[in-house]
Amino acid sequence: MIEILPVVIFVSIVALVLLISFYFAAKAKSSSGYYAAGGRIHWGINGIAFAGDYLSAASFLGICGLIATAGYDGFLYSIGYLAGWIVALFIVAEPLKRLGRYTFTDALDAKFNSKAIKLVAAISTLVVSLCYLIPQMVGAGVLITPLLGFPHYVGVILVGAIVITIVATAGMTSTTYVQFIKGTLLIVFSIVVVVVLCLRGLTTTPDQGGAVPFKDFKTLAAADASGAVIPSDPSYKVVGQKDVKKLRFVKLEKDGRATWWKAESGASGLSLHETQETVTAKDGSKYINGAPASSANKLALVGNLEVIAGKAGVEARTGPVGPFKFLALIGDPTSQVRRWKEAKFVDGSTKVTVYYSELTPGNRIMRPGLSFKVEGTPLERIDFISLMVALFLGTAALPHILIRYYTVPSPAAARKSTIVAIAAIGFFYVLTLFMGLGAMTSGVINLTDNNMSAPLLARSFGTFLFAMISAIAFATVLGTVSGLIIAASGAVAHDLMDRFAGIIKSDKEKVRAGKVAAFVVGFIAIILGILFKGVNVSFLVGLAFAVAASANLPSIVMMLFWKRTTSKGITASIIVGIVSSIGLILLSPTMFELYGLDPALAPVPLKNPGIISIPLSFLTIIAVSLLTKRDMAEEHARPVQS
Amino acid sequence: MLHEVAIDTGPDPAFVFKKKLGVIMFTIYAVIYAAFIAINVIKPVLMETAIFAGLNLAVVYGFGLILVALVMALFYSTACGKRERLLEAQGKA
Repeated sequence: MIEILPVVIFVSIVALVLLISFYFAAKAKSSSGYYAAGGRIHWGINGIAFAGDYLSAASFLGICGLIATAGYDGFLYSIGYLAGWIVALFIVAEPLKRLGRYTFTDALDAKFNSKAIKLVAAISTLVVSLCYLIPQMVGAGVLITPLLGFPHYVGVILVGAIVITIVATAGMTSTTYVQFIKGTLLIVFSIVVVVVLCLRGLTTTPDQGGAVPFKDFKTLAAADASGAVIPSDPSYKVVGQKDVKKLRFVKLEKDGRATWWKAESGASGLSLHETQETVTAKDGSKYINGAPASSANKLALVGNLEVIAGKAGVEARTGPVGPFKFLALIGDPTSQVRRWKEAKFVDGSTKVTVYYSELTPGNRIMRPGLSFKVEGTPLERIDFISLMVALFLGTAALPHILIRYYTVPSPAAARKSTIVAIAAIGFFYVLTLFMGLGAMTSGVINLTDNNMSAPLLARSFGTFLFAMISAIAFATVLGTVSGLIIAASGAVAHDLMDRFAGIIKSDKEKVRAGKVAAFVVGFIAIILGILFKGVNVSFLVGLAFAVAASANLPSIVMMLFWKRTTSKGITASIIVGIVSSIGLILLSPTMFELYGLDPALAPVPLKNPGIISIPLSFLTIIAVSLLTKRDMAEEHARPVQS
Repeated sequence: MLHEVAIDTGPDPAFVFKKKLGVIMFTIYAVIYAAFIAINVIKPVLMETAIFAGLNLAVVYGFGLILVALVMALFYSTACGKRERLLEAQGKA
C-alpha cells in the first residue's frame, strides 16, 4: 500500500527541480551559459554543487548498503572517494580551470590543438560518463519501488525523462542549482538520521520503533544418525538435504509447509537454524519461506545485534548513546552482530536461494576483511590495493566533476570551491558509517537488495523521514545524472561536432546539438539502468573510477608535469587506458558471474583493473612521447601556466 | 548570494609556487593513504587496536584521513592565497 506523505514529498521535490530548470532556461541560450553556467557561479554554491555531483546514488545508497552488510569494508569506499579530492585540489583544479573552457578535452588539448586528442578525449568522456550513469540509473529503480510502488524500470524511465528535461532546458545552470539544493538537503537530513539513531541507542531486538515486531529466528536441536539429520521436535519431518560449499541445508516439513534450515555442529551437538528462502519453480511461480510469494508474504527485513558489549536480552538495551559510544559498542570484541549471507542451489526442478545468518564479533565488523579479502591470497590483497588506488586517482579524472571547474569565475574560486566540497563530502562520509551500521543493527536490511538500507533505516524512524530521505536520494540520482549527461553532451557537441569535425556553424547550433546529445545519452542510460538491475551501485561506481583513472588521469598529470609529453603520447595513453580497463573488467570474475558463468574460469583473476590499467596508461604516454616528436604547432602552443 | 563576474584569467605569477606546494602536499597525503592501505593488507588485525574513546585504529585512521584532507586543503588554500596577494602587491609596486 502506497502512503500519501512520501508521494507528496517526492512530487514536491521533483516539481522544485523542474521549476529551477524552467526558471534558468533563459540563461542557457549561449553555449557558455549552457555548458558552463556562464562561469559565474559563486565558489560556495559551486562547492556544495560539487558535493551534490559527487554524493551520488553510489555514495548514499551503495556505501550505506555495503556497510550494512559488510561493516567497515563499505566505509573504505568513503575513505577512497574522499581521498581522491586531494588529487583534484593539489594537482588538477587550478591548471584545469586555466586551460579549459567547457570540457575536460579543452584542457587536455590546450597545449597541442590535436584532432586526435579531441576525438579520443571526447570518447573517453562518453565512456566514463556511461559507466558512471549505469549505477545512478540502477539506484533510481531501487528507490522507486518502495516509494511509489512502481516496478524498477519505471523508476529508471522516470529519472531519464526528468533529467533530460533538466538538461535540455537550462544545461549547467539548472544542474548546478539542483546539485546545490540536493547536496544541502542530503547532508542536513543525514545528520537528522544519525542524531535520532544515536538517541534511540542500540538493542538486541530492534522493532523499528514498534512498527514491525522483532522476528526471532528459531533453532531446533537435532541428532545426526549416520549422516541423516533427525530434529528433536517430532512435528518436523526431514524431506530433503543439500550440501553447498561446506554448508549443509536441511529441508523440513511441518503442517504441509516445507522450509530450508541450516545445520550446524557445535559443542552442544547438532542444531538446525531457521533461514529465509526464495524458491522458483519450473513454471516461474515463486515461493517465499514455503508459501506463495505475495505482498503479504515477503522476506523479512533483517540485521541485529545479538550481544552488546557482553550483554544480551533486555539488559543489553543501551538507551541514548553518543556517536563515539555508538561505534565503540558495535566494535566491542564481546558484541555479536547477526549478519546474513546467501547460498544458491538447485533442488529437483526448483531454484533455491537460502538466506542464512551468522554471528560476527564486533571487532571483525569494525575492521577490513568481511568483504575484501585482506587476509586472503596475495592476489586478493592486490585486488584490494587496486580498488583503493582507483578510488584515490579516479575522482580527479571524472568528466562531470572536471567540468564543474568551468562554472566558477577564476582559478582561485575553483580552489575554494574544492575545499568547500572536501568539507561537505568528508562530513557526509563520516555520517555514512553511522547510517550503514545503524541499518546493520536495526533490522532494516532487505536481503535481495542492500542498496535500500539507508532509506529503510530512515523508515524505522517514521514515514516522514523515510519520505524525505527517499525523495532526497531520488534527487541525488537526478542531480548526478544531470551532471553526467551535461558532460556527455559537451563531449558530443563541443568536442566532437564543433572542435573535431567543425560542423557546428553557430553558438545557437552548438546549444541545440548539446540538447539533442543529452536526449540520446539519457535514452541510452535508461536502457542500461534497466539491464543492470540488482547490482550493488557502489561496486559499479568503483569500476567507473577505474576506467576514469586509467583513461584520463595519466594524460592530465603528464601534460601538466612532463614537458616532453606529446599529443600522440596523450592519444595513445587514453586509448590504452580505456581499452585495458574495460577489457580487464569484461574478463573479470565479477562479470563472469553476471554472464552466468563460473567466476573461477575468468581469465583475469582481478575484480578491480586499476592496478594494471593505470600504470599501463602511464607507461604508454611515456613510451609514445619519447618515440614521437612534438610538432611545430605543439612547440608554439601556449604553456600550461599562462 | 552575489556572484562574481566571470573573468578572463591572465598569467599567474604564483603558478610555480602553487604547483610545487601542490605536489609536496599531494605526496604527503599519498604516503599517509598508502600507509593505511599497507596496514590493511599486511596486518589487518592491527586495525582492531583500541586507540581513542573505545574507537579502534580502523575508525580513527579512517576519520583521520578525512580530517587531514580538510586541514591540508585549508592550509594549501591559505598559502596559495597569501602568495597570490604578495606577488600581486609586488607586481603593482
